[in-house]
Amino acid sequence: MLDLLVTPFTDFAFMRRALAGCLALALGATPVGVFLLLRRMSLMGDAMSHAILPGAALGYLAFGLSLGAMTVGGIVAGLVVVLAAGVVTRASILKEDASLAAFYLLSLAAGVMIVSLRGRNLDLLHVLFGSVLALDDGSLLLIGGITTLTLFGLALLFRPLVLECFDPAFLRGVSRWSPVAHYGFLALVVFNLVSGFHALGTLMAVGIMILPSAAARLWAHELWSLLALAVAFALTSSVAGLLLSFHADVPAGPAIVLMCGLVYFASLLAAPGGLLAGRLPVRHHLES
Amino acid sequence: MHPSAPPLIRFDNLTLGYERHPAVHHLSGEIRAGALVAVIGPNGAGKSTLLKGVAGELRPIGGHIDLGTLTRSAVAYMPQRSEIDPSFPVSVFEVVAMGLWRELGAFGGLNRKQRERVRAALTAVGMAGFESRPIGSLSGGQLQRARFARLMLQNAPLILLDEPFAAIDSRTVEDLIRVMLGWHAEGRTILTVVHDFDQVRRHFPTCLLLAREPVAFGPTAQVLTDTLLARARRLSEAFDEDAPECHREDADAERSGPAGNHGGGQVVQLRGHRHGHPHDHPHAPPHDHSGHRH
Repeated sequence: MLDLLVTPFTDFAFMRRALAGCLALALGATPVGVFLLLRRMSLMGDAMSHAILPGAALGYLAFGLSLGAMTVGGIVAGLVVVLAAGVVTRASILKEDASLAAFYLLSLAAGVMIVSLRGRNLDLLHVLFGSVLALDDGSLLLIGGITTLTLFGLALLFRPLVLECFDPAFLRGVSRWSPVAHYGFLALVVFNLVSGFHALGTLMAVGIMILPSAAARLWAHELWSLLALAVAFALTSSVAGLLLSFHADVPAGPAIVLMCGLVYFASLLAAPGGLLAGRLPVRHHLES
Repeated sequence: MHPSAPPLIRFDNLTLGYERHPAVHHLSGEIRAGALVAVIGPNGAGKSTLLKGVAGELRPIGGHIDLGTLTRSAVAYMPQRSEIDPSFPVSVFEVVAMGLWRELGAFGGLNRKQRERVRAALTAVGMAGFESRPIGSLSGGQLQRARFARLMLQNAPLILLDEPFAAIDSRTVEDLIRVMLGWHAEGRTILTVVHDFDQVRRHFPTCLLLAREPVAFGPTAQVLTDTLLARARRLSEAFDEDAPECHREDADAERSGPAGNHGGGQVVQLRGHRHGHPHDHPHAPPHDHSGHRH
C-alpha cells in the first residue's frame, strides 16, 4: 500500500516536481476559485481561461515553446479581455456575461488559428492540456511565484472582496474600494489561469479552481472553513490524480481534474447541502 | 426639530433622472440639520431617485445638491432593495460589524470595545443572540433589523432610508420606527421614503410631497391634505414620457428665493416655475394658473 502511494514520489523527480506544482496551484488557484464561485462567476473563469489562449499562442508563434513568452502573452491577453469586457459592460447596455462571452469567443478563435499557423498537433495538445509531468525549474518558480502573489493579493483585498461579493451597494456607499476589489480580483484570476495553464492546460486550469470550491461549498457554512476545505480537496485530488496517472499511465492533467470531480460527486451525495440531504428522513427538530 | 438649525442639504433647481428623462424635476429647497422628513408621493414620483441623488449614486442632470461640509461618507444610505446575497457564507455579526467600515477601513481588526458596540447595536434592534447565525437564515424582517443595526454603527449625521418599513410585520415596523426616532433624538438628519400616511402623521414632523415635481414641503399636517395629495396624483399621472426638451433653467435662475424659506412653519407649495414668461413646452393639466397660492 505504502509502495503504491509513496514510492512514485520518492523514486521519480518528475513526480515530485508535479506534486510541488500541484501544491502551489491548490494553495493559490483554489482560493481564487472559491471567490469565483461565491461571485457566481464560475463560468466566467472558464471563459477567461479560453481568453488567454491567443496570447500564449502568439508567444509560442514568436518564440516557440518558451515559458516566458507564453506566460507574458497569456497574461496580457487575459487582462486585455477582462478590461475590454469591463469597458463594454460599463459603457453599453450589454451585461458582463454577454460582453465577456463575445470577447472570449473571438479570443479563442484567434488563438486556435494562431496555434495552427505554425504548430503541430502535439504542441496544440500541450497548450490545451498542459504538461504537469514535465514541469521544469522555470515553470515551477513561475507557479510558486504566482501563488505567493495571489496569497498576498487575497490577503490585501480580502475584506473589500467579501463585501463586493455579498453587498456591493454597501461597499460603494462606504468606500472607493469596489472597482479595486473587482479588477484586482479579475487580475488574480488571470494570473492563476496562466499559472494553471502551464500545469494543466488552458482547458483544465479552471477545473482545479471551481470543482474543489463547489464541493467544499456543499459542506462549509463559514468562509474560512470553505477556503480551508477547498484547498484540502484540491490537494487530495492532485495527489490522487498524479498517482492514478502514474499507475494507470493516463495523462496527469485530466486525471487530476477527474479526481476533483470525484470529490465533487461524493460531496453531492453525502454533504448536508447536497442531493440526498433533502430526501433523507427528517431528523427531530430542535427545541428552539 | 430644530427650526433655527442651519440648512444641512440645499437643493438648487435640482433635476435628477435617467437618460435625460427627469424623475425629480426642478426641486429647490432646504432641509435643516436635525430634521426628520418623510418623503412621500405616488409610485414613480421620484422619491427613491431623490435619495440616490443625495447619496451621491446618481449625478444630477441639472442643478445641484449642496451638502455643505458633509462628505459622502457622512451619509448613510439604505436602498429599498437590499443587494445582500443571502447565500453568501457570512454571519449576522460580520454583516453588522461592517457598519464600522469608516473606523476599520479595509484592514483594521475589531477591538473589544467595537465588538461590544456591534452587540449593543444588535440588541438595540432586537437581534441579540443572532450573532453567529448565517445571514441567509434570517427572515425578511430580521434582515431589515440587521440592516438597521449596521446603519446604526455607521454613525452618520445624515441618514437616508428608502422604504424601510415596506413588506415587514407591524411589530418589526414599530421596533424599527423606535430606533429611527432614537436617531432623530440624537440630532441626526433623516430622510425616509414612506408609503403609509398613518405612519407619516404619527411620527414625522416634516413632509416632502413629490410628484416628479415638488408639490409641497412643510409641517406634515399641512402637507398631508386631500387637495395636495390629489394634486400630486394628477401631476404624476399626467407626465409625458415623450416630452420635448425642458428649458426651465433660465426661468428658474431668476427666482432663487421663494422656495428656500420654509423651516418656519407655513407650508410652501413648490412650483416648478412661475408663469408669465414665454415658453414652448407643454404643461400637465393641473398646472393651470388658478393653482397659484404663493
